[in-house]
Amino acid sequence: MPGAIQSIERAAAVLRLLGGTGRPLGLNEIAAALDLPRPTAHGIVRTLRDVGFVDQDMDSNRYMLGSGLQELGHLRDRHDLRAAAMNWADALAGSSGLAVHLGVVEHRTVRLVHHVFRPDGSHQRLRTGEELPLHATALGKCLLAFAPVATPRPGDLDLHPWTGRTCTVAATLEKHLATARHRGWAGDTGEFEAGVGGAAAPLRASGGVVVGALGLVGPAEELFGVGGELRPRLAEQLLGASREISVALL
Amino acid sequence: MTERVVASIDQGTTSTRCLLFNRSGRMLAVAQLEHRQHYPQPGLVEHDAGEIWRNVTRVVPAALRSAGLGPEDLVGLGIANQRETTVIWNRHTGEPLARAITWQDTRTDGIVARLAEDGHGPLVEEISGLTPATYYAGPRLRWLLDHVPGAREGAEAGDVLFGTVESWLIWKLTGRHVTDVTNASRTMLMDIRRLEWSDKLLDVLEVPRRMLPEIRPSAEVYGTCTTVLPGVPVSGALGDQQAALVGQACFAPGEAKCTYGTGAFLLMNTGERLARSTHGLIPTVGYMFGELSDRSGLVYALEGAIAMTGSLVQWFRDSLGMISTAAQIETLAGTVADNGGCYIVPAFSGLYSPRWHPDARGVMVGLTSFINRGHLARAVLEATGWQTREVVEAMDADSGVPVTRLKVDGGMTANHLLMQFVADVLDVPVERPLGSEAVSLGAAYAAGLAVGHWSDVEVLRANWHRAAAWEPAMDPDLRRRERENWGRAVNRSYGWVQTPAGD
Repeated sequence: MPGAIQSIERAAAVLRLLGGTGRPLGLNEIAAALDLPRPTAHGIVRTLRDVGFVDQDMDSNRYMLGSGLQELGHLRDRHDLRAAAMNWADALAGSSGLAVHLGVVEHRTVRLVHHVFRPDGSHQRLRTGEELPLHATALGKCLLAFAPVATPRPGDLDLHPWTGRTCTVAATLEKHLATARHRGWAGDTGEFEAGVGGAAAPLRASGGVVVGALGLVGPAEELFGVGGELRPRLAEQLLGASREISVALL
Repeated sequence: MTERVVASIDQGTTSTRCLLFNRSGRMLAVAQLEHRQHYPQPGLVEHDAGEIWRNVTRVVPAALRSAGLGPEDLVGLGIANQRETTVIWNRHTGEPLARAITWQDTRTDGIVARLAEDGHGPLVEEISGLTPATYYAGPRLRWLLDHVPGAREGAEAGDVLFGTVESWLIWKLTGRHVTDVTNASRTMLMDIRRLEWSDKLLDVLEVPRRMLPEIRPSAEVYGTCTTVLPGVPVSGALGDQQAALVGQACFAPGEAKCTYGTGAFLLMNTGERLARSTHGLIPTVGYMFGELSDRSGLVYALEGAIAMTGSLVQWFRDSLGMISTAAQIETLAGTVADNGGCYIVPAFSGLYSPRWHPDARGVMVGLTSFINRGHLARAVLEATGWQTREVVEAMDADSGVPVTRLKVDGGMTANHLLMQFVADVLDVPVERPLGSEAVSLGAAYAAGLAVGHWSDVEVLRANWHRAAAWEPAMDPDLRRRERENWGRAVNRSYGWVQTPAGD
């Protein structure tokens, strides 16, 4: 068994000190209290600040426990996620001319957290709150590909054949997921509803953790070219919006 | 060649923002700065008009930079502003004489009470359409004239000018002293039919006519910027809630929108007809996209103002600590199936439309051991739904045109549980447009119409796209019972504040 890592022990000591003092502390106080050289203490608090575990008061430059610590142990609230994504989801629907979905993993399905109508004036029903299958939708495949810790393994899923195009073999699904990881988005060429396609990209919070997926939904022939590739304009818009939302989630 | 765009300044209660819109109404860039809230005493809320102006000079270039555009790419600039906030300034130095008194400030209660005691209420109401209240700008101007050293003498000598915020900003940008007619309709000084300052009302409030801006339509070239955006025409201005009416494309009589922010404001287009309210609503100018000479393009509106909606959620978050973000109230409310019999009436500073009970205070009723945090969260959200319902009932009664669907915008439209509840209690579909910036978009529309960037409002109607719709799904019996419970809860909020004898 490898030995304890000194810098992690020291970081833990800094956090305990900040949490136990009840007021913001200056760098010199931290260094003195833990008997550390000033540059060492500075490196530790700066790193902790960068990951969000320590906050620095802008006026006094003193340090205190960061808001990132409170989030540990809590799942990201899905309604916070919607609030952070709403403007960009609207912008994506406006620029792509397609409907936009936002989903999170819940048990063994995708839960739709947000839905923006396709902006074409047609009658549509709000689908927020619905459950979608992980293996047969772009949102689900995106979450399987990019959030493997939070989702079941493909081999453990019920690969129900929703359409003739649904992936019903775990090995094939694994290949789809590998492709998705490689190009940064997951696709659905009518695997849940015949003719309805989708493309979805991951939403990342602090530390790159995937907390949800943002997807375009529409007629498969509008999303994909004759060779089955996602139209470049849509890929760019989708990835751009998911990047912007991820920035807002930091 | 880059597409030409319209710039919009949204000068709000807490911040000043600049947004750029393309021809299809899509937002291209936004920049924002908050300004300080000054609370000299309880009930007093002031802004520094100089700080607001400095923020304008910073957010406008910032928005252009973020879009990679310059002043030459702009066809015009529109302004939407916090309404009823009152500024006086020296025309020679360009400096405000005092801090601006904001719309939330209640220092004019004495002036308003005296108007009523002196029997001026019916005259004010007949001419301005407004029941005297601390909400409007005129009494604030009177207060400033009475209390700021040199204000009255300066005004009479023509050295001191009055304006609501759009008037102040247009003057700073172009040097012209004008106000838009929607803002003028909130002063309690304008004849709401003739669209002119009323000598009678000026006499009642002892306001020198010389200090007033010229009343102009909502869309016309008021002047050309000499600073910030040199050469760009300032070509539109509307009070923020009227701007949202325009941004939501409510161009036909009977069309209504509700903006859910700190408070909520429901406005219905009543066309050329000034609808008088016998149910606690405010008749106001909706917008005017024509000529003053023939009153063309004049549209009136009825308004219902709800004081606490988003601010109740903020209270639940900040003062009670029940949630850590506003959005999490939906999660908490989702942990229970219904309100468990609990109702919250947020009459924190009295009740506004349609009941207007200044002596009411907040109550929470129906508490039992069964009630948990989830029920309270639900009661907080339901309060917004029922207050909307009361305003819509008053609208239906006053306008004679029933609301058949409601367009919504503002931050609280992110809350789907709330929007579904609003649809359920109104029993009409609730619709959210793509892009939640109806206020800024409305000001941009006015500015673009004035310079021919858009030919008419029908073109703008085509820019409105439904992003979400909530259909009513509540059982009618349940709706009726809950409506009754809400009414009983509101009755318990009345008369809590007792005015000391002799006050």
